[in-house]
Amino acid sequence: MRIVVWVAEGTWPACVDAAQRLPAAETVLLHVIDPDTAGAVSGARAGLLGRGLPDGDAASFEALTAAQSRLLDAAQERLARPAERLARRGRPEREVVAACGEADLLVLARDGDRARLGPRSIGPHTRFAVDHAPCGVLLVWPDPPPGLATLPPPPPPRH
Amino acid sequence: MGAAVGLLVLAGVLGFAVGRPRGLPEVVAAVPGAAAVVLVGLVSWAQVRDEVVTLGPTVGFLAAVLVLAHLADEHGVFGYGGAVMGMASRGSPRRLLRLVFVLASVVTAVLSLDATVVLLTPVVLATAARIGVRPRPHLYACGHLANTASLLLPVSNLTNLLAFSASGLSFTRFAGLMAAPWLAVIAVEYVIFRRRFALDLTTPALGPAPEPAPPGRAPWYAIAVLAATLAGFALSEPAGLHPAWFAAAGALALALPRLRRAPLAEAGRLLRAANLPFAAFVFALGVVVLAVRAGPVGDAVDHLVPGRAGLLGMLGAAALAAVLANLVNNLPATLMLVPLVAHSPGLVLAVLLGVNIGPNLTYVGSLATLLWRQVLHTRDHPPGTGEFLRLGAVTVPACLVVGVGALWVSLRLFGAS
Repeated sequence: MRIVVWVAEGTWPACVDAAQRLPAAETVLLHVIDPDTAGAVSGARAGLLGRGLPDGDAASFEALTAAQSRLLDAAQERLARPAERLARRGRPEREVVAACGEADLLVLARDGDRARLGPRSIGPHTRFAVDHAPCGVLLVWPDPPPGLATLPPPPPPRH
Repeated sequence: MGAAVGLLVLAGVLGFAVGRPRGLPEVVAAVPGAAAVVLVGLVSWAQVRDEVVTLGPTVGFLAAVLVLAHLADEHGVFGYGGAVMGMASRGSPRRLLRLVFVLASVVTAVLSLDATVVLLTPVVLATAARIGVRPRPHLYACGHLANTASLLLPVSNLTNLLAFSASGLSFTRFAGLMAAPWLAVIAVEYVIFRRRFALDLTTPALGPAPEPAPPGRAPWYAIAVLAATLAGFALSEPAGLHPAWFAAAGALALALPRLRRAPLAEAGRLLRAANLPFAAFVFALGVVVLAVRAGPVGDAVDHLVPGRAGLLGMLGAAALAAVLANLVNNLPATLMLVPLVAHSPGLVLAVLLGVNIGPNLTYVGSLATLLWRQVLHTRDHPPGTGEFLRLGAVTVPACLVVGVGALWVSLRLFGAS
């Protein structure tokens, strides 16, 4: 079985723990850098008209790439199993779905508003991945889930 | 005919500054542009001389502050700030956002928005990446605060410096009048950021949080020199000296230990930090805008400028300034508007609110620049501009209204002169 684990900041330990409990022939640890972030940094520099600053997000991408490899190192250490590393750059939801082409299972975590049970507990990128993944999906809670009491009440009976 | 030439030259200079063909500095187009308007006869040599004399102290002041910020970075002030933020946030993105807001506001106010964009933003990116939180809200915060937090002091933004002498206010009076708008606008930005980035700011799960490295030795000497320079700015009026002298003194105090070690290399670095091509660019742009101001465009803008500094008049001036800043970028907008409102300090400050907050609409400082960049394909994969534009569409009007309201209250409490 080939599992793809989406390693995202803040929620990855739960995904790695879930992947560790599954029997898998191959595990892939995937992290995606969103270029919008670096783009905003270099765009702000470009907005400083007249200063003659070199336009380029090389330095921002360097910092982001270094952080990406540190994150993948930590994930690999927690997994304690040989795993393939995929370090990607692009729109996160698209890269994740593209990486699942040959996979059997995608493991990812809820990253929205986790105070109550409901669709708001899933952020837009995660929602896209869940909706469009070409394989099975394991959606985990990154922290202890809220109780059943947070369920919305059922609709009143119609007469 | 003359007016069309002036506008064409201005468009050419700005287009070159945005497109940067072959990576050439912007001054390469600006100086010939200024020469062109003089040769065509739109601007006389006497006017050029007057403009240079008027802009001289401003540009000198800015160069001194750029050197000061560069030296503060060399002494490790920004790196130390990043490390302290990393430790104090204790892994919480919300706490980090608060710290970024505080640090970015102070850095922008004291060392100008250039310092925040060029020196602080990479540090914030590295800090966010190091403690393992999503960097997006913190980077957008740096971008926004570089503009909105540059309201407080004349030294915070070149636009403030350009308007400072025309406003007739003293350094402390300027700061006193702008303090309430500054705080109000930053508070509005914080509330909007907390709401819009609520998902990105959720507390990460329980797990091994990476321990950020302890800050190391604090650069006390550099911080003390910066504090003394700031005090010098406040005391410049009673002492009868231009604040630029205090900025130069602060830069000298920070440079001396480094000059002793490697005089020639350090002097070269300082000269590059002072960015003399930028100074030439500002002079040339001043001349080109002079040509445009003399023509029908200048008359049209004059017609639109409100006459009195009541609440509605200031709102109108700020809105006009924000629109103009998005059409031609904030430097030409300031050069064009300030002489038209120089008779009223309230209107000058309202114009500054507009040219400083307006650029937050896009991440490149103006709508025109954004469109130019998309037309010129200067990036191989254009970033998603939608997110930043939607954010700007919310923050800019809110900040303008709140800022002008706070300014009106300040003027009523403290008087305009």
